[in-house]
Amino acid sequence: MTGNIDISVKDCNLWYTNFQALKDISMEIEEQKVTAFIGPSGCGKSTFIRIFNRMNDLIEGCKITGEITIGGKDIYAKETDVTVLRKNVGMIFQKPNPFPMSIYDNVAFGPRTAGIKKKTVLDEMVERSIKQAGLWNEVSDRLKKSALGLSGGQQQRLCIARALAAEPKILLMDEPTSALDPISTGTIEDLVSELKNHFTIVIVTHNMQQATRISDKTAFFLLGEVVEYDETTKIFTNPTDKRTENYITGRFG
Amino acid sequence: MGMLGNLVVVAVLLALIKPVRYVYNNFLPEKVLHKLVRFWDKVFLAIIWIFAGMTVAALGFIIFHVLSNGLPHLTIPGLFSFDAPPETVTLIPAIVSTFIMVALVLLIAVPLGVLSAVFLVEYTGAGNKFVTIIRSAAEVLAGIPSIVYGLFGMMFFRVFLGLGMSVLSGTLTMSIMMLPLIMRTTEEALKAVPMTYREASFALGAGKLRTVFRIVLPSAIPGILAGVILAIGRVVGESAALIFTAGALLEPRIPSGLFDTASTLTVHMWQLSNYGRFMNETYAAAVVLLIIVLLLNALSAFIARKFSKV
Repeated sequence: MTGNIDISVKDCNLWYTNFQALKDISMEIEEQKVTAFIGPSGCGKSTFIRIFNRMNDLIEGCKITGEITIGGKDIYAKETDVTVLRKNVGMIFQKPNPFPMSIYDNVAFGPRTAGIKKKTVLDEMVERSIKQAGLWNEVSDRLKKSALGLSGGQQQRLCIARALAAEPKILLMDEPTSALDPISTGTIEDLVSELKNHFTIVIVTHNMQQATRISDKTAFFLLGEVVEYDETTKIFTNPTDKRTENYITGRFG
Repeated sequence: MGMLGNLVVVAVLLALIKPVRYVYNNFLPEKVLHKLVRFWDKVFLAIIWIFAGMTVAALGFIIFHVLSNGLPHLTIPGLFSFDAPPETVTLIPAIVSTFIMVALVLLIAVPLGVLSAVFLVEYTGAGNKFVTIIRSAAEVLAGIPSIVYGLFGMMFFRVFLGLGMSVLSGTLTMSIMMLPLIMRTTEEALKAVPMTYREASFALGAGKLRTVFRIVLPSAIPGILAGVILAIGRVVGESAALIFTAGALLEPRIPSGLFDTASTLTVHMWQLSNYGRFMNETYAAAVVLLIIVLLLNALSAFIARKFSKV
């Protein structure tokens, strides 16, 4: 079951000043699938996911080599507009990080950034995004209230709604449930399974059960390298590499 | 006892700490130990209370002193009459001048200070040479006594630029004085804005400008306002720098324009108390000053709360 290739990485290396965080990574990520990155802390999976929306640009002394294309376009080419790239590649962070403003303004931030000012259009986009994130029933009567008054799980779904409102094609999720309780985690996982019908999703997770539950393909990272990248069922039932087997059976990491 | 004697006492006390602690930990029955711990807890709590009490008492005494001496002489309309023949000591011109001065100084110093801080925090990397220079310059400026600013203002704005003894000279001098204060408090406020806000904004496709002005600055407003309150307090309370630049009128009048002389309330107080001329009125002016500062603080706190709500 091979789909269309959305993200393609060839011979990617990344250094933080003198420390090499990623080593010779090549990978192809399919469209409208959920791809999970697993591995112990500090293995480079979060660093790798941040290559796709160039968040690493914000870190001083970060140097990247290799060819990374999204939809066939080199995202590190000189003529690439980073803001357009980031509009197309949404990101959900480890800790829910809504802005200290109203729920409505949070979700409308992306569209407004894109220059949409008409209230009717904004209203429609905000409602659609919040509904898509499965949060509408909980917040429809308090859109003008501060987003910081929501629970952690609600905040994270709000962040998903905020990302969706920018109308991205790809969603990057960097351990989106690691700060949440099991029930909120379940809600978000269901949401991911639903969203993959419309988006390409890349998710970093510490939780291997989560990877098996929601992902189609899984990559196992270790010390900045991809040890194994395959169908999720294959990785978790019949891994090729001994190190992968050791990790998923909990013998280290 | 000489220095040596003191040293010996300290050494003996230090030497005792270990054995005493050893006895404490090993030989005392648990019950006694617990009692001792509770006893020392109480002693230190009492000490803390005493020191806190002293601070509050000092403040209370000052306020009481000012009020008891000033309130009886706070005559209406006497001190607040709008016509000011030479014999009266009306405070109205001084109050008006104070508000004018505060408004003008904020108009200059806040945008300049806030934008400089934005530049330092958001637009330059850590360890930038230029930033280090600006920052240490600001630090030095913050430590200079106000009389020096007064002299500088006199020589530069008043004489060199020919602005004369005027509201404008005073405003410009005070603005330079307030700049480092506002810059530093804004810098701290900006640094306190979580990195995650910036990340989220960038990740949504927002550029630097939008991130700074839509996300970072609004989140930092309570902190920035704290700096503005401090600056207002300093302007209201300043005398030395203003006497040389804006003037100290014997017969106060409301300034007719930017190039007219003006005395703020504090300067006016100094003028009233000069040679012990109008001591009662000086106290009355102090009461007014106290009230103005309290009102400004309350206003800023109110604004800060408004902003930090959503």
